[in-house]
Amino acid sequence: MKRLLLLLALLLAGTAHATSPLPGDSVYQLAVPLTDQDGHTAAFAARRGTPQIVSMFYTSCTMVCPMIIDTMKATRRAAGEPARLHLLAVSFDPARDSVDALRRYAAAHKLDQRWWTLARTAPQDTRSLAALLGVQYRPLRDGEFNHSSALLLLDGEGRIVARTDVIGRTDPAFVAAVRKAAGSK
Amino acid sequence: MRRRPVLLLLGLLLAGPALAADRAPSGYRPLPGGRFASVVPADDKAAPAVLRPFRLRAEPVTNAEFLAFVRRHPEWRRDRAPSVFADARYLSQWAAPDRLGPTARPRQPVTQVSWFAAQAYCESEHARLPTWYEWEYAAAADGTRADARGDPAWRERVLSWYSRPSSDALPPVGGAPDVHGVRDLNGLVWEWVEDFNAMMTSADSREQDGADKLRFCGAGAITMEQKENYATLMRIAMLSSLKATDTTANLGFRCARPD
Repeated sequence: MKRLLLLLALLLAGTAHATSPLPGDSVYQLAVPLTDQDGHTAAFAARRGTPQIVSMFYTSCTMVCPMIIDTMKATRRAAGEPARLHLLAVSFDPARDSVDALRRYAAAHKLDQRWWTLARTAPQDTRSLAALLGVQYRPLRDGEFNHSSALLLLDGEGRIVARTDVIGRTDPAFVAAVRKAAGSK
Repeated sequence: MRRRPVLLLLGLLLAGPALAADRAPSGYRPLPGGRFASVVPADDKAAPAVLRPFRLRAEPVTNAEFLAFVRRHPEWRRDRAPSVFADARYLSQWAAPDRLGPTARPRQPVTQVSWFAAQAYCESEHARLPTWYEWEYAAAADGTRADARGDPAWRERVLSWYSRPSSDALPPVGGAPDVHGVRDLNGLVWEWVEDFNAMMTSADSREQDGADKLRFCGAGAITMEQKENYATLMRIAMLSSLKATDTTANLGFRCARPD
């Protein structure tokens, strides 16, 4: 019995992240699991501690989505490739974007695994995540999606500190916010 | 053997929400679904939506029902819900975080609820928010017809409700049932839908080029069908303007389940 309780306590401590409580305006309040291009599943909140640029995309989107990915890359470069800056793109299309599809996409776009994560989650969690990030999307009958394109900057605590709708080139104001977030401890 | 009480306790904890949901007083009505001419075409041109059979809550969720939910799930109290899930006016019409008081009657529909709070409530009933198509399809009915939208009287009724001043106190739920046995879809409160952030009426990206086009990937933002149907278009415009944390004095919700 004692051992079981100890085990339970350890499990609870593990999920509680062993740090101060999350701020109320942190997107990490949303308890969604994300599965990455290597098939690893972790809570969204496990990304806490490192500033992130976050966006949403889907792998079979041929026009704008590659530009979203490229804009994320270019923004990281323009901000001076800060070691502490991670990049996360979550699929709108969990039905077709399997782990394999994400892995192939990451390879085809030469995404550096040290800071890039492509992720998928369950359909209802995808909708919640989009609502949280203020991203609009709508599946069409032909398997395509209409969606808005935005990059969001999260600080280490998961607060949205900057947002840009500029895709296809870097947004100087957003780059400045990235430098600030990634430079400050 | 000594573990058994712990497992039993765990089992009871897990069974708790299910038992509570089964006691939910408000029933769900079966709707047959099928092809439906939505004002939001399914392919950006004119294709009808195709709906699977589903069950829709007969009435919007009331203050009393939401209070019971908040007591079971105190993380959704207005003094505990994180700001990332609900704005500062969340449940502000209640006298206290766990009490309705004189300004919120038990049978009035609950309002001042965010999309996240509405979703969480529906999950507690093993349900979800209806999709826009499900809601629009259900709301097209009147007392005798599944689709009364062609009748100018139906439109007039919906529009006359829109023009009623929102400062009046909300009536209780329990309007006349429609042909499916569902009440209060039109004429009481606006209602959240699961994909409220999916309609993108703000821009018709096909008509635009350059930077605006890039904001909307895929085949382009929706084009409105049935432009004479102002009543429904106004509702879409309202829903599209919302953020998931927004709460307003006349925005409530109901839940849906697969059949």
